[in-house]
Amino acid sequence: MNALFYVSGGIGIIAGVMVVTGKNVMHALINLVVLLLAIASVFFCLGAPFVAVLQIVIYAGAIMVLFVFVVMMLNLGREAEEQERNWLSSVFWRVPAVLAAVLLAQFVVTLAGREAAPMAGVIGPKAVGRSLYTDYLIGVELASLLLLAGLVAAFRLGFLPGRLERDDE
Amino acid sequence: MSILLWLVTILPFLGALLLALLSGTLPKKAAGALGCASVGASWVLAMVVAGSFLQHGPSGVLNTTLYPWMNVGGLRVTMGLHLDALSVVMMVVISFVAFLIHLYASQSMYDEDDYNRFFCYMNLFVGSMLTLVLADNLLLLYLGWEGVGLCSYLLIGFWYRDRKNGCAAQKAFIVTRIGDAAMAVGLFLIFTQLGTLDIQSVLAAAPKVWPVAGAAVTTVALLLLGGAIGKSAQVPLQTWLPDAMAGPTPVSALIHAATMVTAGVYLIARMHVIFTMAPAAQLVVAIIGAVTLFYSGFSALVQRDIKRVLAYSTISQIGYMFLALGVGAWSGAIFHFMTHAFFKALLFLSAGVVIDALHREHDLFKMGGLRRRLPVAFWTFLVGAASLSALPLVTAGFYSKDAILWASWSSRLGGGWFWLVGTLGALLTAAYSFRALFLAFCGTQKTEIAKLAGGLMNLALVVLAFFSVVAGFVGMPEVLGRFDPFGHFMSSVFPRVPLAADRSSQGAEGKLLLISAVLSLLGIYLAYLYFKERRWSEAVAQSAPGRAVHRFFFAGWGFDQLYDWLFVRPFKAVAFGNRSDFIDKFFAGLGEAARYANIGLSATQTGRLRNYAAGIVLGAIVVGAIALLR
Amino acid sequence: MSSVPTNHALILAAALFVLGALGVMTRRNLVFVLMSVEIMLNAAAVAFVAAAAKWRQPDGQVIVIFILVVAAAEVAVGLSLLLRIYHNWKSVDVDEVSLMRG
Repeated sequence: MNALFYVSGGIGIIAGVMVVTGKNVMHALINLVVLLLAIASVFFCLGAPFVAVLQIVIYAGAIMVLFVFVVMMLNLGREAEEQERNWLSSVFWRVPAVLAAVLLAQFVVTLAGREAAPMAGVIGPKAVGRSLYTDYLIGVELASLLLLAGLVAAFRLGFLPGRLERDDE
Repeated sequence: MSILLWLVTILPFLGALLLALLSGTLPKKAAGALGCASVGASWVLAMVVAGSFLQHGPSGVLNTTLYPWMNVGGLRVTMGLHLDALSVVMMVVISFVAFLIHLYASQSMYDEDDYNRFFCYMNLFVGSMLTLVLADNLLLLYLGWEGVGLCSYLLIGFWYRDRKNGCAAQKAFIVTRIGDAAMAVGLFLIFTQLGTLDIQSVLAAAPKVWPVAGAAVTTVALLLLGGAIGKSAQVPLQTWLPDAMAGPTPVSALIHAATMVTAGVYLIARMHVIFTMAPAAQLVVAIIGAVTLFYSGFSALVQRDIKRVLAYSTISQIGYMFLALGVGAWSGAIFHFMTHAFFKALLFLSAGVVIDALHREHDLFKMGGLRRRLPVAFWTFLVGAASLSALPLVTAGFYSKDAILWASWSSRLGGGWFWLVGTLGALLTAAYSFRALFLAFCGTQKTEIAKLAGGLMNLALVVLAFFSVVAGFVGMPEVLGRFDPFGHFMSSVFPRVPLAADRSSQGAEGKLLLISAVLSLLGIYLAYLYFKERRWSEAVAQSAPGRAVHRFFFAGWGFDQLYDWLFVRPFKAVAFGNRSDFIDKFFAGLGEAARYANIGLSATQTGRLRNYAAGIVLGAIVVGAIALLR
Repeated sequence: MSSVPTNHALILAAALFVLGALGVMTRRNLVFVLMSVEIMLNAAAVAFVAAAAKWRQPDGQVIVIFILVVAAAEVAVGLSLLLRIYHNWKSVDVDEVSLMRG
């Protein structure tokens, strides 16, 4: 089980790097899905099968699909890939890389020394559900409100006056 | 009675306030009437208070407090007035002369545009001066002191549209300020050492706290003397008075002849205990008086402007008063103040009549032959000049000047040199005053008459002439029958002149009297020969030493040039060198720094999402670092 | 079941978070920025699950569910905004949609 964790973690990081440095949007999206699946595997290793499944179903299954649909609707094309190449010359990576490295170093330094093995065990959906609907009931209601708000906003904002031009390519 | 005393000081202030508030709307006649009425009422009340004081004798000394002015730390100061023999004399003389001059000015200044403003300032001045002489504590006295300084500035620069009047006013203010600063330090010392500023308390405490002739007393006395020198235009702070003649003539008469310039004399006389305790300082007073009276006599002899002659004459006569104070003749100084107020104001006012008649002509050499055309001016000027020259027996000036000369000879603090300087000064005085008379009124007329004097002006002149003659009869010397009610009156405040045994015999007084009488007549005669008949004048005027001496005296012995070299030029050089002011640069630099900060910070507003995200990450790093380093 | 050391899991979360932050700081294409934000959200989720495993409480997983909800709403609104931007500016360049001068 531990080995699975490290492998999935590694895959996730590699996929993440490919997303962040990708030139082609669709390829990046697929890489993001890979990352999500890797993360789901990590959840599974940490004794959280319920959220692992939820991650696959909701995140990779619904959210990423939405992403893919919209990006395909934009129909960016080959010039977009060229453009990305220009924008991603190494000069633009320097300062962000430094900042990111420093941030990562801070995290690692904080976390490295503490060796704490968790109690092995699985927390199943039953426990999660009970906790969700008793302790975090308010959160559930708020989450539903949030989703409603998102729905309304997406509907209103996405309502374009006139349709998108179709590429005649 | 105390209410009346307060009204004496308050009424002129009230007049000034009303005139200031209503100056736009009051017609000229009403403003003039208000100005004269407030001072006139003040004079009437002063006479009533004086009468009551005379009746009560020594118990008439009055101390009245209006309200406690400030009570800070150990300093308790009240708005209070103190009435004794000295303040009675000052109050009566000041209010009377001021009233007459207001009457004169109400006619002579009538054609001015700023008529109302003039009377506002004049009233403010009279109020301040009365406060000065009646104050019972040094802080209130200083208030009056500063008030008269302010009014002097305002009135000298009355015709402010001409720039040099403003410069003359500034010069007066700045030079007297130097004296005022010294006086303020003296007040600080008095307060810290004696714990009070109430005058009577100070005079009582000084002998108890300070050792006689010690450093403390002498320092305080010299500092007060510094203030007096500035206000009374003595050497070395006398340079402002001749230039102050740029103001209107009533101003010169009131402020720079009769009242403000005598404030220094009053201060020293009032604080006489301190000066008696510091013989070194008192000697300095006498020396300054002697030097000044001698020096300005020469300068007055060669001036062209009639008012400058009178200005130098004022400097000289106040030098006499300082000489009297220096040798311990306190009441003699006040006696001379009284007579001087009358005849000097008279001289200025009649000179004013001449100046106005000749269309603002000040130059003596352009006047002449006005004896028949301006008879009142001529005769009153003659009386004034005679009194100034101490014409024997018939003029007030004779008695007061004689008292001073006798004291300078016979006092323990005086001596032969002081007497000699004073007597030669009397010779000079007679010479220059009659020079002015002869040049202005005799000979052939050179300029046409434009305007004759009005009734009120002539009235003022006549009244002052009357007093210039009779005011001396209250202080007659020993040899002429010891009728000295004035000295007796003042003895309630001042000690008598400390006489030196070997010099103060009866016969000596008589001899000195004779010498001074002869010299004053000699001076008149010399003036007659030189200026009226012009016997040697051509020869002297053409010769080289004659011209050099003339130039030297004309420039007031070069004091202005000296001060220009010593003070004005270095100051201007420093100001020029600092023209990009390093202090200013510091504050401007703060503004510049803010501007650069703005430019720098606005560069962070790029509008790019990526940069903002980087900023957030940077903030996270900083917070993390703080947490880590704890 | 597993005994993954907690700090390793947290280090994984940190690495993913930094990766996402790097993406947001660098990319000009709006779609990529949104994707990087998703990565960051996932990193947070990993951290929560690791904590839940350590303390043997379901609360961490509950929070992850909420993260899912939030991500869903955010993506919905974000993509509709993306469509609007594309419609108005004819480009998905983040720099171009700025009106600021300076």
